[in-house]
This record gives sequence, structure tokens and C-alpha cells, in this order.
Amino acid sequence: MRRLLPTLALVAAALSVGSAAGAAARPAKTWTIVVSQLAFGQSPADAHVGDTIVWVNQDIFLHSATAGDHSFDVAIPVHGSGRLTLNKAGVFAYTCKYHPGMKAQLVVKK
Amino acid sequence: MFRTFAIAAAALVATAAVAAAQPAAAPNDAQIAQIAHIAYTAGSLDIAAAKQALTISHNPTVRAFAEEMVRDHAAVNDQALALVKKLGVTPEDNPTSQALTKAADAKRADYGKLTGKAFDLAYANNEVAYHHTVNTALETTLIPDAKNAELKSLLETGLKLFRMHEQHAEQMVAALKK
Repeated sequence: MRRLLPTLALVAAALSVGSAAGAAARPAKTWTIVVSQLAFGQSPADAHVGDTIVWVNQDIFLHSATAGDHSFDVAIPVHGSGRLTLNKAGVFAYTCKYHPGMKAQLVVKK
Repeated sequence: MFRTFAIAAAALVATAAVAAAQPAAAPNDAQIAQIAHIAYTAGSLDIAAAKQALTISHNPTVRAFAEEMVRDHAAVNDQALALVKKLGVTPEDNPTSQALTKAADAKRADYGKLTGKAFDLAYANNEVAYHHTVNTALETTLIPDAKNAELKSLLETGLKLFRMHEQHAEQMVAALKK
């Protein structure tokens, strides 16, 4: 039994590494959406859970990316950026809560 | 009352801006000086209204909107000032700016007597009417008349922004009526 324990530990470690390698097959990506002239730029076509969205504000106005279902509300400061790590799959319609004419949609895959 | 004010102010803006924009009476620089003054004044007056709201209102929706007006209009006005400085033009007072100021001063005096929900609704309704007036003037008169490309572009950005303000003000009115 004492001999078996290290063996089990090694197998478990190997399994763990194998599992991590599987997850690393698609490393998390960071996608940039440019906000300019009171409009959101194009949304990424292949965003997945675990990826990060960075909204870069080129306007002189404070903006936000605010989900219609309240699942996120990200401030996008003037000449700055706002970040969101995607933790849920789905289709998210969002607006700027200050400028309601700014509308976009984020599709997040599993 | 709000509708009447909006129509009257729109007529004032349109008439005076057309007068200001007549090429024979106003060369290019004078036209820039007057249109820039009207745009700057319109922004400043909305900032003054927002500051009054921030003094009187305790409603979070109204206060958030007022803070947005201060922030956005100040940003546009800073750009307008930077542009006239770059062009070497001094903004010039004119009958349109004076009429807008007079009407807005009267409104603020009236609203200063209100409190609570009465003030919130008066401010919110007037924000819809005021932005509508300014947007109509921008769309029909000021932008078509602006001959300088940079000024025209700034006014177009202003129009896009103020339309969203008008839309946001409508949402505020709807929320206050719930």
C-alpha cells in the first residue's frame, strides 16, 4: 500500500496535467472593441467564456457597456478602457447607459 | 407650456441663425464666431440647468442625468473653445444667443420655486423640449449654414450626442411618471 501511494499520486498528477493541457488548447483571448463617435465598434465573432473584452474609448464622453439583463455594467472612461472577463455563455444585448442610442450585442460561446 | 417654449425658441434660433449666416452680412469668420457662440451658449445653459437640478433634486435618476449633462456639454464646449482658438476667432454674442439665454434664465427662475417631484418633472420635461429645440436648430440651420468643415463636424457630433440626450431625457420623464 505504501508503494502504491506514490504511484497513485503520479497518475493523478499526470491526469491533472493532461486536463490542464486540454483546457490550454484554446488559450483565453482578449478582444478589443473600439468606442468612437458615440458608437460601439464591431463585436468579436468568436468570443468564448474565459475571454476578456476590452472597450477602448476614443470619445471625449464617458460611456458604459451595460447589459440589458444587468449581467454586466462596465464603465468606459474618457480616453481610457473598460474590461470584462466573460463568465457566461449567451447573447447579450447591451447599451451605453448614458447614451441610449448606442446599442450593440455580444455573443459568448461556451 | 413646454411645447410653446420649444417652438418659440426654435423659431428664435432659426431666424437669428439665418440672419447671422447671410454671407453678405457676415463673412466666414463672423459666421463661425456667431455659430460657435450659439452652440457654446446652448451647452452652457444646459449645464446651468443641470447644476440647478443638482442643487434641488434628490432623485437619483434626475441627478445622474444632470451629472451627465454637465460632463457631456462641458466636453463639447471645451472642444468648441479649442476650435475657435485654433481658427483665431472670438465667439461673438448675437440675438440668438441672447434669446436662448433670456428664455433659459426665465425657466431657471421658475423652477427655482419648485421642489421634489414637481421640480423633477419640470426639469425632465424641459430637458426633452430644450434638446429638441437645439437639435432642430442644429439640423435645419446651424449645420447647413456652417461653412467651416471643422465647425460643421463638431456641430454634427453635437447633434448626434444631443439626440441621445433627448432620448435619455424622454426615458427620464417616463421613469418619473411611473
